[in-house]
Amino acid sequence: MKLQEYTLSTHNFEECMKCTVCTAYCPVLQVNPLYPGPKQAGPDGERLRLKDPFFFNYALKYCLNCKRCEVACPSGVKVADLIQSARIKYDTSPPKWRDRLLASTDFMGSLARPVAPIANAVTGLGVTRSMMDAMFKIDHRRIFPKYSPYSFEFWMGRHEKEQAAFSEQVAYFHGCYVNYNYPRLGKDLVKVLNALGVGVQLLEKEKCCGIAMITNRMMKEATRNANHNVGALAKAVDKGLMVITTSSTCTLTLRDEYPSLLGVDNSGVRDFVMMATRYIYERLEKGATLRFKSDYHKKVAYHTPCHMEKLGWGIFSEKLLRMIPGVEFTMLDSACCGIAGTYGFKRENYEASQAIGENLFTQIRAVDPEVVACDCETCKWQIEMSTGYTVMNPISILAEAIEDKQ
Amino acid sequence: MSNQEFDVIIIGGGITGAGTMRDCAMRGLKTLLIERSDIATGATGRNHGLLHSGARYAVNDPESAEECIKENMILRRIASHCVDETDGLFITLPEDDLAYQQTFVEACRKAGISAEIIDPEMAKRLEPSVNPDITGAVRVPDGSVDPFRLCAANMLDGKLHGGQVRLHTTVTGFIKEGDTIRGVHTRNLVTGEERDFYAPVTVNAGGIWGHDIAQMAGVHVGMYPAKGALLVFAHRVNNMVINRCRKPSNADILVPGDTVCIIGTTSTRIPFEECDNVAVTPDEVNLLITEGAKMTPSLSSTRILRAYAGVRPLVSADNDPTGRNISRGIVCLDHEERDGLKGFITITGGKLMTYRLMAEIATDAVCRKLAVDKKCQTAETPLPGSEEASYEAVARKIWEKPSMAQKAAAARLGTRARHIQTRDRLDEALICECEEVSVGEVKNAIEMMNASTLTDLRRRTRIGMGTCQGEFCACRAAGLLAASHGCIEKEREDLKDFLQERWKGNFPIGWGDTLREAEYTQWVYKHVLGIL
Repeated sequence: MKLQEYTLSTHNFEECMKCTVCTAYCPVLQVNPLYPGPKQAGPDGERLRLKDPFFFNYALKYCLNCKRCEVACPSGVKVADLIQSARIKYDTSPPKWRDRLLASTDFMGSLARPVAPIANAVTGLGVTRSMMDAMFKIDHRRIFPKYSPYSFEFWMGRHEKEQAAFSEQVAYFHGCYVNYNYPRLGKDLVKVLNALGVGVQLLEKEKCCGIAMITNRMMKEATRNANHNVGALAKAVDKGLMVITTSSTCTLTLRDEYPSLLGVDNSGVRDFVMMATRYIYERLEKGATLRFKSDYHKKVAYHTPCHMEKLGWGIFSEKLLRMIPGVEFTMLDSACCGIAGTYGFKRENYEASQAIGENLFTQIRAVDPEVVACDCETCKWQIEMSTGYTVMNPISILAEAIEDKQ
Repeated sequence: MSNQEFDVIIIGGGITGAGTMRDCAMRGLKTLLIERSDIATGATGRNHGLLHSGARYAVNDPESAEECIKENMILRRIASHCVDETDGLFITLPEDDLAYQQTFVEACRKAGISAEIIDPEMAKRLEPSVNPDITGAVRVPDGSVDPFRLCAANMLDGKLHGGQVRLHTTVTGFIKEGDTIRGVHTRNLVTGEERDFYAPVTVNAGGIWGHDIAQMAGVHVGMYPAKGALLVFAHRVNNMVINRCRKPSNADILVPGDTVCIIGTTSTRIPFEECDNVAVTPDEVNLLITEGAKMTPSLSSTRILRAYAGVRPLVSADNDPTGRNISRGIVCLDHEERDGLKGFITITGGKLMTYRLMAEIATDAVCRKLAVDKKCQTAETPLPGSEEASYEAVARKIWEKPSMAQKAAAARLGTRARHIQTRDRLDEALICECEEVSVGEVKNAIEMMNASTLTDLRRRTRIGMGTCQGEFCACRAAGLLAASHGCIEKEREDLKDFLQERWKGNFPIGWGDTLREAEYTQWVYKHVLGIL
């Protein structure tokens, strides 16, 4: 019997049984003794904060928002949401300039893209990195993602007509990374979907999902983006389109963080937002086929990003990769890579970030794959920087493995 | 004077006894307090913890109302670390007569209680948990007060002024010489040691048990035990006290106390035999939830931590043997004048709220008997721990960057939190995760505050009072207690008793999350630790 169904409490945090499983699964607690841990910071602390905001603990900023506590919780307590909500509600200090800078992915992207070669060269320089460290406390050891000289939106504009020719259509929420840094992933998705007979179109105008703004407490900006995006998603859904994504964090934000952390109602669009790996896997299950290259071979190790764990959809990426002939597949033990978006870029978190990821890095080195597969761009930066192994989105591996002509 | 001789012996370690001890000691008397169990085990620790403004009594009992508001203002000054100045609302529900509001407000003003009629919309903004259908609201200076802290602080001050406290010690008889009480025979219930103590005056401050104590001394005090049941909810639903603006009745006060809130109460006359073991009935639980949810609808969906009941020591006004004239006012009986028994005083009736005044009245009577001419100073002198106005100030003065547990300790102990020692990192570790009680704080309670059992520790630190009801803290604290007294077997028994006592309070409301938690606790102790 699932007793939770019979419990009377509408206060989610009261369903905590103090079993402490979340604490055992918290990656931060294992490396940072200053962090009180999810149970303490979440349901336990909430009772004291309700008494008096004075009991808010600034150490809550060490939470990665990886949501592994929520995945672990047998009572369905939204532990990470409690912690993030507390930070939003009780930490009234204005976000630092550094945090604003890191969180403004759209703004920085539009600024850097037209001068991408210069921007890339400059951010790559040791002197720039030392300066950013000194001025903004952005860790100098961190490698910034490169900007693309053209945006994905620009590329799509040039292929609008041929995409519209497909009788079946989906909309694609590409996210900032695909747009400003890595249009290649978007193009790979288009290739795979086209191979399945599906055309791709953009949302009317998407904005950054806002996750970095939420974790850096830029609530006004995050809510503005959320409201905009829910509107844009609704227009696509009204046209009868599914909205496909390639980033697990953007997906979790659009589906779950909007209502629970921003109070933005997305009930009309939530169920139509889906990771591409799930969408494609389900189509193949229903009988769609892809023609794979006969000589393809790749040793792939799959890393499940934290937010993919929370979505519960890692299984689709795994199944899809295992389906590819020639893929020698290894499933890595689920572990946080430690970067958590902008978290790992901050100097005060760098050591913890790398210590958290070490478990994963060791596994990767032991497997020694040709590529690591994962559905999250910040995991990609972290793993590439920390291990030297190349990281590819499962969609890119799929695109590489299928015949150009179907 | 030998160590067996005192100026005054006080029987009863509730708030009245503790307050009287403090007052006597501050007036320079050599004072002994004897308590058969622990501090605040009777009615003191089994009520709402409401810092009455007096508004509740304004219409029917103006005298009590005036006493309340005066003491309310005094406690804010002298007991800041025990008091939470939340303010209170008297709300009118659609089923209540709004006309009563006017009567109520006028009576409050007469008693000197500020009572401001506010717009129901304003009331909802001030206290969002309140029933949105209210038709009227009055704001009064209610608050909450922690009775355990208050009792401990009074006793501590008594000790700092030279008084002695003997807990877990029962009075087995009086030493009488003719028509004079000369002292008491006692037995320590833990060690079995029997001792006699002598004093020219003995004060009976035994609450409802004062009836038996008086009987033992050979006099009759007409007391009437009235049970009141209450429910503790797992978190603060409200941040202001919520009352019904109507003639006082059942389940019409919701008090936010520390991390929880408490709805009460009921009133049922019970026989004396039941006083030592009162249980909450399903009917009482039903009544409390149903009536409570009328004031604050979300109570019906909030986890309930436990149910408990206390016994009010109601007294028939002095010499009325018929018991018809029951008062909730303060009753101080000089048995020499009343019954011809010299050296014996009974102080009873009253309320937690008016304990200080009761203590003053009793101490005045003691001083008269001893021909001591000293003024009462308890209304001006802050209790130990209350030297600062707020726990924020305390925490920031003691620690540069206080942790959550340090903040919580400051809120519990006031300035006395500085006595918590942090000898090593272990002292910073948590014993109780729900209420944020550190190893250091528990050690402090064992070493400085006479805690010898887990239940004693609970009253001094709040361990076991949080959501998990002792699941995690009990065995950890038991380890520290065992280390202090050196007997593992004794501590194992103590641990069993403690968990059994926690379950007693869970049982009447054992459903939903509370039941899951209790099951889990049982699983941990029985199957993992193999203790029960």
